[in-house]
Amino acid sequence: MIAEIVQHLLTNYYETTAMVLFGIGFTSLLMHRNIIKKIIGFNLMDSAIYLFLASQGYIQGRLAPVVTSGTDASLYVNPIPTGLVLTGIVVSVSVTAFLLALTCRLYDRYHTLDIDEITNIARKEQD
Amino acid sequence: MELVQNFPFLTIVLSLTCGVFCAVLKAKGARRLCLIWLTAAFVMSLLTLLYTLRTGDYYVYMMGKWSAPWGNEIRVGILEALLATVFSGVMILSLLGGMEHIFQDCPSQKINLYFTMASLLMSSLFALIYTNDLFTAYVFVEINTIASCALVMLKYSGKTLVATTRYLVMSLLGSGLFLLGIVTLYSITGQLLMEPIAAEVQRIWAEGTYSLPLTVIIGLFSVGLAVKSALFPFHSWLPEAHGSATSSSSAILSGLVLKGYIIVLIKIFYRIFGLQIIMTEKVSNFLFVFGIVAMIFGSLGALRQKDVKRLLAYSSVAQVGYIYVGIGLNSRAGMLAAIVQIVAHAITKPMLFISAGGFMEVSGGSKAMPDITGAGKRDPLGGIAFSVGALSTVGIPFFAGFIMKLQLTSAAVESSTPRMVIALIAIALSTLLNALYYIPTLYNIFTNRQDDKFQDVKAHYRWEYVLAVVTFIALNLSFGSFSQHVVGAINDGLAMFGM
Repeated sequence: MIAEIVQHLLTNYYETTAMVLFGIGFTSLLMHRNIIKKIIGFNLMDSAIYLFLASQGYIQGRLAPVVTSGTDASLYVNPIPTGLVLTGIVVSVSVTAFLLALTCRLYDRYHTLDIDEITNIARKEQD
Repeated sequence: MELVQNFPFLTIVLSLTCGVFCAVLKAKGARRLCLIWLTAAFVMSLLTLLYTLRTGDYYVYMMGKWSAPWGNEIRVGILEALLATVFSGVMILSLLGGMEHIFQDCPSQKINLYFTMASLLMSSLFALIYTNDLFTAYVFVEINTIASCALVMLKYSGKTLVATTRYLVMSLLGSGLFLLGIVTLYSITGQLLMEPIAAEVQRIWAEGTYSLPLTVIIGLFSVGLAVKSALFPFHSWLPEAHGSATSSSSAILSGLVLKGYIIVLIKIFYRIFGLQIIMTEKVSNFLFVFGIVAMIFGSLGALRQKDVKRLLAYSSVAQVGYIYVGIGLNSRAGMLAAIVQIVAHAITKPMLFISAGGFMEVSGGSKAMPDITGAGKRDPLGGIAFSVGALSTVGIPFFAGFIMKLQLTSAAVESSTPRMVIALIAIALSTLLNALYYIPTLYNIFTNRQDDKFQDVKAHYRWEYVLAVVTFIALNLSFGSFSQHVVGAINDGLAMFGM
């Protein structure tokens, strides 16, 4: 049973890696007190998903679906996963930019990157 | 194809375009453009609603005329058109009602960006309501997240910055899980449009392969969207974000943004997996239990608040609980109650936040309970609106909230015995708690002050505020009195949803 599970995990090593990375990213986004580390965690989490998607779309020996005359269509891979990765990257870039801008503002105001410390200071100050 | 059929697509795309133009205009110009466009979008949604009511059927709009497995689609039925109409109407009224505060609270050179974000938010809400494609839903979920965080952040203070950071981090955790769900579902079905996925899921389900991945996927979707819509254990970000933002932002976030995610969840549950699978996987039990807990604990949280906007924010946690209880009842009547609650809360909570904004204005900008004592006398119109909203939330007949509680109770009575008992007790308890925190607040805003602080303050009524508040009151009362039409339309809409 366990040997079988390990065998499956090793066969689909891309997916396994992606899930491990997702877990690491998710926990750092949730747990870390430092905002920059949170942002790194977020990027790790999203990249893990892109790795998962890209590995779904990759078939060894097949070609990128660029139409040229004389190529057999059955040699092409499905272009959609790659397209989704690109769209996803655009989304995570904009979210990262937003987070970094927010971090700049927080740092300007509180001179620290520790979210717990910032929350404590903010709680004491008046509106 | 008739002209009307293009309107849903146009509302999405032109809202995005309007946002782009607002970014390069000056504050006044951006305000004018945004309001004109939102009114146009409201009219278009209304025409779409009338069209779907007339034809009595839904239609699928294909982007660039590419058909099912290749193209991207939006799907328009009575339910979608109704929600779009309500949401765009509430959006306009929320912006109008808090217009003065937007101009006071935001840095003067950045006011146009407020309208940019409002347009983007509207566009994403339209897209979430209409879309038939999971990945499009993900992209617009992220646009929704960024726009709503920016709406909180544009009131420049330490509290809003911290609130935005916490809100954004929680939202990103939610959308990470949601994206993982989509990707995993794609990897086992190979489809992104809802109907083909549904067909594949039914096939996989019948064969019995991949049953564990399906459970995990349903779990990922539920947890991801529950975090984003502030279902009970994940609600910690909400009171801070909704309580500290400017009054329009609070109104929009509480009234509309939370609902956008819930609509996506409802679509995923009922258009992709179907009642049967959801019931067998027991996900609805979890949502039911957390909804019940949210109803009680949201209200208990509200009882402890010394700040009127935080009180309203905690009340939203409880109200979201009602929606999830409706979904968790796992019956058609429960869904009907959930959608009625989405509409009822969308027209009630913004009214409460807008009138709370009015109280702050006549209380030296403070939202603490001792300061707003007597605010209902200094701002009578806001006082009336707050009373209507509070009575509606408590569930007094002839107000919108009563209709929701009626629907939810009758749905609960129809369901199996243990659920019925739990739901009925929770509804009774939550109603009691609602009364316990709204009635003292009402008493507080209508009593005379002991000191002479704010004695000479009188509300200056601007037409925007008056229009917004009067329309909200009229909407609430008419929904409460003539609910059978709206409930009937929602019922027809659910039938088109394939239920």
